[in-house]
Amino acid sequence: MKHAITAAAALALLAGAAAAQQPAAKTGADAIAEYRKLLEDGNPADLFEARGARLWTDKRGPKNASLEACDLGKGPGVVKGAFVELPRWFDDAGKVQDLETRLVWCMERYQGFSAAEIAKTPFDRGEMANVTALATFVANASRGLRFNLPQRHPQERQMYEVGKRAFFFRGGTHDFACASCHGVEGQRIRMQDLPILTKNPGDGVGFAAWPAYRVSAGQMWGMQLRLNDCFRQQRFPYPGFGSDVTVALGVYMGVNAKGAESIAPSIKR
Amino acid sequence: MADPMRIRAQVAGSNATVRVLMAHEMETGQRRDSAGKVIPAWFIQEVSATHNGKPVLAAQWGPAIAKNPFLQFTVKGAKAGDKIAVTWKDNKGDTRTDEATVA
Amino acid sequence: MRRFISSAASAAVLAALLAGCAALPASSELDAVAARAIQTSFSERGIAKLDRIQQDLAQAACSSDKAPDEATAARIMAEAKAGVKWPAGGWYIGDFREGERIAQSGRGMTWTDTSTAPSANGGNCYNCHQISKQEISHGTIGPSLLNYGRNRGVTDLLAPTAQPIIEYTWMKLYNARSYSACSTMPRFGHMGLLDENQLRHVMALLLDPRSPVNQP
Repeated sequence: MKHAITAAAALALLAGAAAAQQPAAKTGADAIAEYRKLLEDGNPADLFEARGARLWTDKRGPKNASLEACDLGKGPGVVKGAFVELPRWFDDAGKVQDLETRLVWCMERYQGFSAAEIAKTPFDRGEMANVTALATFVANASRGLRFNLPQRHPQERQMYEVGKRAFFFRGGTHDFACASCHGVEGQRIRMQDLPILTKNPGDGVGFAAWPAYRVSAGQMWGMQLRLNDCFRQQRFPYPGFGSDVTVALGVYMGVNAKGAESIAPSIKR
Repeated sequence: MADPMRIRAQVAGSNATVRVLMAHEMETGQRRDSAGKVIPAWFIQEVSATHNGKPVLAAQWGPAIAKNPFLQFTVKGAKAGDKIAVTWKDNKGDTRTDEATVA
Repeated sequence: MRRFISSAASAAVLAALLAGCAALPASSELDAVAARAIQTSFSERGIAKLDRIQQDLAQAACSSDKAPDEATAARIMAEAKAGVKWPAGGWYIGDFREGERIAQSGRGMTWTDTSTAPSANGGNCYNCHQISKQEISHGTIGPSLLNYGRNRGVTDLLAPTAQPIIEYTWMKLYNARSYSACSTMPRFGHMGLLDENQLRHVMALLLDPRSPVNQP
């Protein structure tokens, strides 16, 4: 009996000592940052990047050709540095294109895929899934570089203005605009910090963090899917893949992020 | 055939740290699709690793392991140039082996 | 020296000419281009129809980084106030436990939802507001509502002194534009997001002295 009481007392002492030595409480933001740091090593985005690298060189499609002739803005076949200058104007397409619409354009032009068919395909299926892998590959080649979107062509500057107006456009049943969440500094929704997107929010934040792997969904998200889900939560109707509004928003955010370091492809909760 | 694993093996003192990313859906068998039908279980059951052909790790996994799982382990006495091979087998009988050289 | 100055001058003229050629259209024309882009970029899906991007005054006037002029702001607020429907029987307060459930839920009205019935919707409240002390997972887009009723001196919901606060809160929830022309807060009553009963429950969460929100 005496031993049992002593043992219990010893346990209680230990528990008490452990409690007393507990470190100062972490803030929610600290804990989330720690969680993200732990996830950084072994980002499943690497798997998509590897697949994208194969898709870039493999001969595919009705024309049985690779994408190596594709000009992403820095010259045919030049991948490094292209991501941080997109969206931009392309003479051959006659329009401003973002990374994903440019990839789809090249897949049609060089490999014979149907751009219209791809645009209708759900994000995680068929050729659309390949577009996401390719986008991850292209983004990765610019990791660590700083955003520097061109604003020389009148259409590039016009798309910036269109993107700005789309950013502040209030609509849907809840009167949300992009600006509702991303137009003010230092806000958060629940525990999710919201980067300000009307100016440069900093290295690796906002536009500089996508494409990203969403751990909670087990999915790779390019900017088109990121915008798609924003509009869904804004209770808007469905944004077309590669539609003018989505590309214009990319120009607006990308130009605002000038000088920010890209960490894409990154990892998200 | 499933997508290849990404394996990085780096010397760390007298050992090597091996980091592996596996491309796998890891479906638990508990989820239902939008029609209400159960999505069949599909997950890695066995993982093994060899160092220059010698077995160094054997693991039994189940549906609690996350999708696109990340595995990290240390191999004692591994040196630069040594070969690390990782194999997984899933409940459908699918298997994949990939190799890396210790850097 | 003269040659240097004249070539510098020609360069300046050339630059001005080029800049002029590449100048942006006027702001109003850009507005039209953007409006067209928005109208053609979306398609209906599920319950999310294209009427959702047809703006009313309260949306259109608040769609820039600049606030609308005073007259427009006044009109938005007046129209909002005039459109508020008071609850049947003058019964404003429901069950604060139900109110907490509604405040916790962010569901409803997206294109993946299947019904537009308010009963399928949550209030999204914790997304933007701190409300009870217990819930630490709250947003900061709106002000803290901790001790909402207590801070406004509501100790007895039946006292005449509580009535103005009760009516103000109802109007805020029904249509927040009644008091702030470009409020970020959704118009829960006006847009049919929450019905009368759901609003009563949220009222209770905020105002009932027994609600966790109003505990010291």
